[in-house]
Amino acid sequence: MALPLALDIALRHLLHRRRQTLVSLLGVTLGVAFFIAISAMLQGFQRDFISRIIDIQPHIIVMDEVREPPRQPVERAFPDAAILLHGLKPREETRGLRGARNMLATLEEASGLHVAPALSGNVLIHFGGKDISVNITGITPDQERKVTHIEKDLLSGTLDALYTTSNAIILGEGVAKKAGIRKDDLITVVSPAGVMMKMKVVALFSSGITVLDNFDTYVLLKKAQVLQNRPNVINRLKIRLDDVEQAAPLAARIERQFGYRAEPWQEQSRNVLGIYVIQNAIMYPTVSAILIVACFGIFNVISTVVFEKTRDIGIMKSMGFRDSDVRLVFVMEGLIVGIVGTLIGWLIGWLLIEFMASLKFEMEGFVKAQGFVLYRTPRHYLISGGMAVLSATLAAWLPARRASRLNPVDIVRGAG
Amino acid sequence: MSEASPPALEARALTRELPGPVPVTLVRGIDLTIAPGEFVAITGPSGSGKSSLLYLLGLLDRPTAGTVLLSGEDTIGSSPDRLADLRLARIGFVFQFHFLLPEFSCLANVEIPIRKLGRLGGTAARRRASDLLEQLELGEHRQKLPEQLSGGQRQRVAIARALANDPPLILADEPTGNLDSRTAALVFDIFRDLAHTQGRSVVVVTHDAALARTADRRIHLVDGRIEG
Repeated sequence: MALPLALDIALRHLLHRRRQTLVSLLGVTLGVAFFIAISAMLQGFQRDFISRIIDIQPHIIVMDEVREPPRQPVERAFPDAAILLHGLKPREETRGLRGARNMLATLEEASGLHVAPALSGNVLIHFGGKDISVNITGITPDQERKVTHIEKDLLSGTLDALYTTSNAIILGEGVAKKAGIRKDDLITVVSPAGVMMKMKVVALFSSGITVLDNFDTYVLLKKAQVLQNRPNVINRLKIRLDDVEQAAPLAARIERQFGYRAEPWQEQSRNVLGIYVIQNAIMYPTVSAILIVACFGIFNVISTVVFEKTRDIGIMKSMGFRDSDVRLVFVMEGLIVGIVGTLIGWLIGWLLIEFMASLKFEMEGFVKAQGFVLYRTPRHYLISGGMAVLSATLAAWLPARRASRLNPVDIVRGAG
Repeated sequence: MSEASPPALEARALTRELPGPVPVTLVRGIDLTIAPGEFVAITGPSGSGKSSLLYLLGLLDRPTAGTVLLSGEDTIGSSPDRLADLRLARIGFVFQFHFLLPEFSCLANVEIPIRKLGRLGGTAARRRASDLLEQLELGEHRQKLPEQLSGGQRQRVAIARALANDPPLILADEPTGNLDSRTAALVFDIFRDLAHTQGRSVVVVTHDAALARTADRRIHLVDGRIEG
């Protein structure tokens, strides 16, 4: 079957200038391929990190802090007045969530969420002549396993060993490595309150999130209260939701209701998530720049073709080609380069992803991974293809418009 | 020719001025009628406006004043697209330079206007193009590229292309300018044959007085006006 005339002419123009056409195709192809590969890699890491956070950490943490310091009585009495206070001394308050048991009971009544109390603080671990500062969290295993996936991340031992072993502690893999501690070792734990306790390592965990594995340890809530010398104190309420998207609005509601700071998972990880936003803001324009450069190539090729084919344009118009027909021929040339470049780019992008997936290496950044974490989605193919075809067509549009505006009389007069 | 049928081509007070600080008049107030089946030669010195008149008659250029009627249809108010459609279906152009598309074979070049018009399907279009090349004794060259042909052969392919949509009007601008005298005479024979045997109107611009004398009528231009 014969090709449509405009397509036939466009193809022959491109095939006639093979080298330039190949260079343009290569530009589009590389742009599309790298867009797909880099997007898969970056989004893979980002999504993996977020899913690990959602999986490992509580979706909301209620802390014994307030977002803004309480206003002075005089400020409350005269809200519109300009007040200057001297010699204010902060009141020494006992830290911890006041009425935590009531809060716990209230939250437990709500559907679609699980709550666990905790007491978190810093301690010093002493082992084999090494002192390591770690974060220690007192938990109740029965409730904890409903709000975090600590149990799933245990490399050895069980969460219930906190109940069954006296003075038991669970360490992050990084903490253990730093001090050369192994399971069943006895370590010394010293708190800022001056309490010292010999504890037995009953389990090690690896969440895959470096900062947690290097600093977090778990003991029974009661032990933590003894260590911190804060009997019956709870300074964290950990909440896990059935619908993770509800974290931010629910946290805001809890904060309004109880007055304590309630951080959804997005806020807890805002530093890393903020870095991802910057990363995306750098990555997408950079990868898009490859496509834009490729489009300059297309513009160049089609401009050259228009220049070279001026006589042909003259005769086509004298034969009865409309301006729009001439424009179509040259726009189609851009479209062909865009579509063919996209198809080859898709293939190379897919091969790049498979190649990256086959590479195995140990990596430790925000997260631990054995090789690249890749996110495969048709969306990357559609976005890169759409961008390539659109920009290739736009790059062809200007020379095509110039071609369609050429006056055939000027051309046939000038030829000969 | 029937008394009722309109002329193939009619120009009324046709004027073409080039604007600018010093306007130049290429063609001034030309009245002209070409009958169906008439073979007309336009002659004149260089710069007399021969080609400009031909481009106006062929609807490639727009007059500053006056009008062109093609088979009775006044083209003065026609849109550029309508003029393109008229050129495609009713006018065949032959230029001094052959203007064949270099990437297309001779056959494909002749097929282009047929495919553009779209009245014939793929096979019929190919047969029509092939027949035209046969008539112009180019059958054996149909698959060759233009660069593989001689100047005379290329010009005959260009004539075949001009005839592709069976137009009633053929306009040729110095079609023998790049040809030797024997080939030029052959090309003129073809034009005469197109007019006298096939009933097409043929208007040829030429410098060659001897060839012009073989036409049915000769129009001589001087300074954009018909002389005599």
